[in-house]
Amino acid sequence: MAEKLHFDLVSPEKLLYSATADMVVVPGSEGDFGVLAGHAPLISIVRTGVIDVKGSEDGADLKIFVRGGLAEVTPAGLTVLADEAMPFEDLKAADLDARIKDLEEDVADATDERARRKAGEALDQLRQVRALLN
Amino acid sequence: MPSLKSFRVRIASVKSTRKITKAMQMVAAAKLRRAQAAAEAARPYAQRMELVLSNLGASMKDNPGAPKLLAGTGRDDVHLVIVATGDRGLAGGFNSNIVKLARQHIGKLVAAGKQVKILAVGRKGRDQLRRDYARLIVDTIELGGVKQVGFGLAQSIASRVLDMYEAGEFDVATLFYSHFKSVISQVPTEQRLIPAEVAASAAAPKVDLGGAIYAYEPDESEILADLLPRNVAVQVFRALLENAASFFGAQMSAMDNATRNAGEVIDKLTIQYNRSRQAMITKELIEIISGAEAL
Repeated sequence: MAEKLHFDLVSPEKLLYSATADMVVVPGSEGDFGVLAGHAPLISIVRTGVIDVKGSEDGADLKIFVRGGLAEVTPAGLTVLADEAMPFEDLKAADLDARIKDLEEDVADATDERARRKAGEALDQLRQVRALLN
Repeated sequence: MPSLKSFRVRIASVKSTRKITKAMQMVAAAKLRRAQAAAEAARPYAQRMELVLSNLGASMKDNPGAPKLLAGTGRDDVHLVIVATGDRGLAGGFNSNIVKLARQHIGKLVAAGKQVKILAVGRKGRDQLRRDYARLIVDTIELGGVKQVGFGLAQSIASRVLDMYEAGEFDVATLFYSHFKSVISQVPTEQRLIPAEVAASAAAPKVDLGGAIYAYEPDESEILADLLPRNVAVQVFRALLENAASFFGAQMSAMDNATRNAGEVIDKLTIQYNRSRQAMITKELIEIISGAEAL
């Protein structure tokens, strides 16, 4: 096996996850990107979506739901700063539906173009995650 | 001379006070440990954030297109003073020290003819500031019964501040909180929140990129625009965590003092009690003896 990538997932409250993996797919704001060991240095905004950890220490693949944040790739590894994160399996369809509904209201209530666009983007991203859940 | 009974009552009452302060001290010690752990757990995120921000901010600062949160509004007229204190007292000088520093700052601003708005986080700070600056307080955020400071709370405070900034209600925001240095030392601290204080890139710790440079996705200015509001929330969160740890540290030493003091009072009262009891016995003996002699 090739060199492993060191991957840290950090929330404002604590270090959530720290492990090595073969590859980590991060939902960047400009599209998903996969990070392998030795990736060039990169800083990217993370959209709401699912981080895919392939070939983690115990061999299993791991999916983690994240909401917003920042990804940083350095020679030392990949660090994702997430506002919120939880294992994908723990994600409840009902919770997501409630949030989607909230956001739909936000879009409807938005007074200026910028706020509407922002809420709309967040809504699209959540809907994509919701679609994955089925 | 007070009666023996009144001594006994007073000793009993001080003893129960001592029990309470002792219990509070131990509770504060346990909570302090938790608060410290929370503050430590939050560090990696804040550090990373600072690193990225200082890398980006230094190059963007002099750019005319720099976000308002970084460059400021270009004015210096209206100051927002955010005073983060606790909701409760019985923690020595914890709340008063923060308020004292904030008050000096406000006093200086008012003397310089600036307009000041106060956002009080925590009930105690508001109560103390209301005496002098009732008109200036725009809002109070009560911490309520939150046991553990969550990021959600910090985010709601930050979004409140950001909304006000967007609406042009102030130019400069300063945050006051208590920096947790150690259990016996908490230093009230002021920190400029908006415009963001970005450490000079030379002083900031650099990540070794092995000669490569960062690629940015989407681009630097957009990342910065996304990062700066988040940074405000992180700074507020850090202040709240520091405050929580400081509060319990201050409460612990205050209650330790109170417990020791109560012990001293009890000792003193017990001596007085024994003396007056002895005096009474002696007096009775004298009465008996003199009575017998008279026969």
